[in-house]
Amino acid sequence: MIALVDYGAGNLASVRKALRACGADVLEPAAPADLDRAAAIVLPGVGHFAATASLDESWRSAIRGCLEAGVPFLGICLGMQWLFEGSDEAPDVPGLGWLPGRITRLPDRTPEGDRLKVPHAGWNLAHATERSPVPGLQDGAYFYFTHAYAAPVTDATAATTMYGSPFASAVRRGLVCGVQFHPEKSGAAGLAVLGAFVGGVR
Amino acid sequence: MTRPAPDTFARRLIACLDVRAGRVVKGVHFEGLRDAGDPGALAARYDAEGIDELVVLDVTATAEDRLALARTVSAVAANVFIPLAVGGGIRSVDDAARVIDAGADKVGINTAALGDPSLISRIAGRFGSQAVVVAIDAKRDGDRFAVCSHAGRTPTSWDAVAWAREAQARGAGEILLTSIDADGTLRGFDCPLTAAVSGAVGIPVIASGGAGAPSHFVDVFSAGRADAALAASIFHDEKCSVRAIKAALQMHGLPVRL
Repeated sequence: MIALVDYGAGNLASVRKALRACGADVLEPAAPADLDRAAAIVLPGVGHFAATASLDESWRSAIRGCLEAGVPFLGICLGMQWLFEGSDEAPDVPGLGWLPGRITRLPDRTPEGDRLKVPHAGWNLAHATERSPVPGLQDGAYFYFTHAYAAPVTDATAATTMYGSPFASAVRRGLVCGVQFHPEKSGAAGLAVLGAFVGGVR
Repeated sequence: MTRPAPDTFARRLIACLDVRAGRVVKGVHFEGLRDAGDPGALAARYDAEGIDELVVLDVTATAEDRLALARTVSAVAANVFIPLAVGGGIRSVDDAARVIDAGADKVGINTAALGDPSLISRIAGRFGSQAVVVAIDAKRDGDRFAVCSHAGRTPTSWDAVAWAREAQARGAGEILLTSIDADGTLRGFDCPLTAAVSGAVGIPVIASGGAGAPSHFVDVFSAGRADAALAASIFHDEKCSVRAIKAALQMHGLPVRL
């Protein structure tokens, strides 16, 4: 059973639909204690980082406990950003701090001085890094993004995407994965990521 | 020597399904509607052809059609895994919630936002800016572009550039900009209108109205500075395919998702 955590931040229905299309048995835990029975956790999300404040201390410690126990985890968009220490979008709201680094606003200029639209809304390429790729993430495939803030490129980066400058479009540390794009909205390339995650859960 | 990083951000192609009472319809200059098929089937076809995003627009938006709209949105969302925006008759946060619950990722608001601009910030506050597309129907009036409400029938005192800036300030995530003059003509997008609005805001602008050939898309992404382009009838009529348009864009050095 894959636990899809609902904290009121958006794309739950789309993610549930896509996970089920990949053959997953999806349940939405009503309380942190329900995560005890989860074979894997998906943390979705879209919108403002402040929404992650709904993940209060009881959720944080339950999720942290699962990650320490080696339960596979996939964070999507805000759910990935939450793995980091925090975000400039909501400086008072701490992230989980599982990965080092802070989420910062995307630049509105390229290094050459050309204007960039923010949010980064649309399809862009993900370049998988060799170190620790996210299963199912095809190097050089297009994925759908919609975000104004992004994670820095660090040791945990599993894929980078270029929007003026490079940012981490996927992260991985062990069985903990995160994607900045929306695999539930990225056609076949996105379903391949979700399918590999579902397939790895037994 | 360092070379500039390659631009990999795809220029987005969006197919619009104008629906009335659960069927796709098409018209010229916002009037004279004809039947063009089943929304779920058309959505699946466009997805298979490589469309980047879908818009479902309820063109009549009466009270009974709003219930039909939720069913149409569910039918479209059931089998496609690409972004879906829904507009037409959304007048409140509750209206937005209904179509988002049915499977929409974004809602388009137009007349209701002109009547009460706070609707933009209220929907953005509940669902995030990425969920709010402010649709602007603009008509040339001398050297300015007048915003019209009520499906293009009622002129307002807003200038398109000023209204786009206002919408951005209130939390819009994208602007869907339709040229009433170009709509349905198949003679190309209004590039000066698109460039004026796109250059004035920091959020993405979707150009709409007038697409009739692949070269029109090249024009609106280069001269028009559009971030995305939307069309309806050329896709319905199979006048030109998504693939043909993307091939033309690629030939002109504009990145596309293939």
